[in-house]
Amino acid sequence: MKKFGGKAFLLLFFVSVLLVACSDKGSNEAGEQAAKANKNEEKMGGTVRIAMSTEVDNLDPYQSAATDTMSMMDNVYDGLLDTDEAGELVPAIAESYDISEDGLVYTFKLKENVTFHDGSELTAEDVKYSYEKLAGLSGEEPISSQYEVIEKIEAPSDFEVVITLKEKNSAFLAANIRPILPADYDNHSEKPIGTGPFKFAEYKVGQELRLVKNEDYYNDKKIPNMDEVLFKIMPDPESAILAMQSGEIDVIPGISSQGKEQLGDTIETVSAPQNMVQLMALNNQVEPLNNINVRKAINLAIDKDMIIDMVAEGDGVKLGSNFSPSMQVYYQEGLEDTYQTNIDEAKKLLAEAGYPDGFNLELTVPSDYQFHVDTAQVITEQLAQVGIQVEIKLMEFSTWLEKVYNDAQYESTIIGFTGKLDPYEILRRYVSDYNNNFVQYENEAYDKLIHDALSATDEAEMADIYKQAQTMLAEEAASVFIMDPYRTVAMKKGLQGWKMYPIQKFNLEDLHYTE
Amino acid sequence: MRYYLYKFSMFGITLFMVSLIIFFVFQLLPGNPAQIILGLDADEQQIRHLEQELGLDKPAVERYIDWIAGVFQGDLGESLRYQLPVSEVLADRIPVTTSIAILAMVLTVVIGIPLGILIARTDGKIISVFLSMITQLGISIPSFWFGFMLILLFSVTLNWVTSFEYVAWSDDFFGALRSHFLPSLSIAISNIAIVIRYLRNTILDQRKMDYVRTATCKGLSERAVLYGHVLRNAFIPVITIIGLITADTLGGSIIIENVFALPGLGSLLIQSITSRDFPLVQSMVLYIAVIVLVINFIVDLLYKLIDPRIRQKG
Repeated sequence: MKKFGGKAFLLLFFVSVLLVACSDKGSNEAGEQAAKANKNEEKMGGTVRIAMSTEVDNLDPYQSAATDTMSMMDNVYDGLLDTDEAGELVPAIAESYDISEDGLVYTFKLKENVTFHDGSELTAEDVKYSYEKLAGLSGEEPISSQYEVIEKIEAPSDFEVVITLKEKNSAFLAANIRPILPADYDNHSEKPIGTGPFKFAEYKVGQELRLVKNEDYYNDKKIPNMDEVLFKIMPDPESAILAMQSGEIDVIPGISSQGKEQLGDTIETVSAPQNMVQLMALNNQVEPLNNINVRKAINLAIDKDMIIDMVAEGDGVKLGSNFSPSMQVYYQEGLEDTYQTNIDEAKKLLAEAGYPDGFNLELTVPSDYQFHVDTAQVITEQLAQVGIQVEIKLMEFSTWLEKVYNDAQYESTIIGFTGKLDPYEILRRYVSDYNNNFVQYENEAYDKLIHDALSATDEAEMADIYKQAQTMLAEEAASVFIMDPYRTVAMKKGLQGWKMYPIQKFNLEDLHYTE
Repeated sequence: MRYYLYKFSMFGITLFMVSLIIFFVFQLLPGNPAQIILGLDADEQQIRHLEQELGLDKPAVERYIDWIAGVFQGDLGESLRYQLPVSEVLADRIPVTTSIAILAMVLTVVIGIPLGILIARTDGKIISVFLSMITQLGISIPSFWFGFMLILLFSVTLNWVTSFEYVAWSDDFFGALRSHFLPSLSIAISNIAIVIRYLRNTILDQRKMDYVRTATCKGLSERAVLYGHVLRNAFIPVITIIGLITADTLGGSIIIENVFALPGLGSLLIQSITSRDFPLVQSMVLYIAVIVLVINFIVDLLYKLIDPRIRQKG
């Protein structure tokens, strides 16, 4: 026992620390050399390491549902169409498309030099195979209801695809960004094959996803600068910031304002609205929220600018309805000022509705989202000024999904709806018979508008209808539409080319080091 | 022999009860796995389709029987979220947690026991008071804070190590040691403090015993009394504590694994609970129950080795 003296163990401990410390020195040097090399090699090549907070749910794009997974794997796949930074649809695998006058037949002409990552050429048969799978025409259930509207898919030639719809559906065009997969290959969960600018290299469960540059990408101008992209799974946001500080991570695609402050000027940031709608959803069927004056009073009592300042450090756009200005074509301007903060007017409306002393209101918030919890706290203070006593009820997100979102067992809640490329997907949330109309908004005129928009074939007409729908939601105070919080991407100094889109899309082909 | 038969039957009954409780408690929790997997915009049809695929449309009792029958055949079912066999998912994670737990335990024993003895021996002196204060800090401060501090010191400030790179032992021994060291140390710090505390207190208690006075009167040196007699008795409660700590760390440290972005059981457990991945959670809880029971069994055996009185009773 004598040998087990304290000194010996302390020594052992410090030797271990030293051993650990020294053994990494080599890789640091290698990193420095690589950095120097980049500087001399006209800023091409290199690796970019991106911190992701959630893990891949499935590498197969038709089986994956997580937005983060899609954002990563989007670089491996291409659809017939793609989106640009303004949310406009642009050709990708399709060279051009044509819609028949009755809005039922979509004809896509395909590019001829597109190859999959296994070297095989993409033809109309691959598109037919992919769409039949999505639409449930190959004997299985449809993968997404967006494609149920397809009646048949034909491939009259190797590079032409004709899709016929059962009825007019203006939202269908935006659905054509889904990946095209090689026909009769079904091992995507293990080894995904696409036509995108990056090829899948390796996935270590719980650790990282590695993609490598596709030298044979069909679009010459879009061949990536980076040799390799590494998505590292880091569930703890604080760890991601420390990893950025220690140089182990180059990009954090969504950083909090505190994180941004902590990293200071050691990083470069890109910020933009993310086409999200953060709202205080009011259950339009429960008392007293079924009274329009009560809903208007709540809107008048809430100071959205203050919430943006306090919760988002000013990084957010004030909203007036369930629509973000990042979808410019369809956005109705000016609605954000429908209810200017006015405590007296709010009190007056409450008195008219029969609640001169206010009432008690339950605000159910998903506890997993600190941003919404913070918003709830500010709202509680603001509504107290008109006598509405808010009781915040925290609920784990999975429970929230069932109780609040599915069963509408709530009075009010705070949530963020992520953006879609098509206004129909965003605004149908308030259609009476939509199964997830959890605000329980019921308005025949609104239902008709959305129905009309779906069958419209003229874009200007469609935009006009969607604008009217937004105005209706604002005037009826269907809920309190708060803000579209910015997404802030933090990047290592010298890394540039990150683009922002109205959907969560990581476009990595333009990323490059400048120093 | 009867003792072992008794132990094994208790082992079986406890596992069965654990499996039953965890299965049915999970049924009561709100949250539909299919909806959680598909997210906010899933339509009813998609959800129903996935429910059928995952077997969630069957009655709970039928699912429990299927699952338990599978367990006996070595089939733990399929993870809902990963759509992979549970055994495959666990096989990836268990080595990570086990390595960290073993390294943390080695550090705990190797640092905690000598320091505990040192503090007991120097009881009343300034160094003992100073070390006691430090152990108090070690117990009170949560391990994730140590994790962040170690990263800040070794990775951010000194830039000596990479903190977020997981290396498997089979790939590179020193690389693995490097990637396991800081997380293990973060877990070990508070455990070391606990072991020091316990050891010090029990040594001081034992010293007041009659047998110590007898031994001292017989002319044995303080050292001989300590190492020959006192420590033997003092180790019994410490072994219990070490057993508890080992069971705890082998189940995965949720917070430390998240801090160091390690693909271990702790982070998996949290993810599986939030995504209502029933087969995975059930199997992990069973695994943790087995670990706890096995370690308790080993602790019992160690008692018998150390204390002759227990040996006679057995």
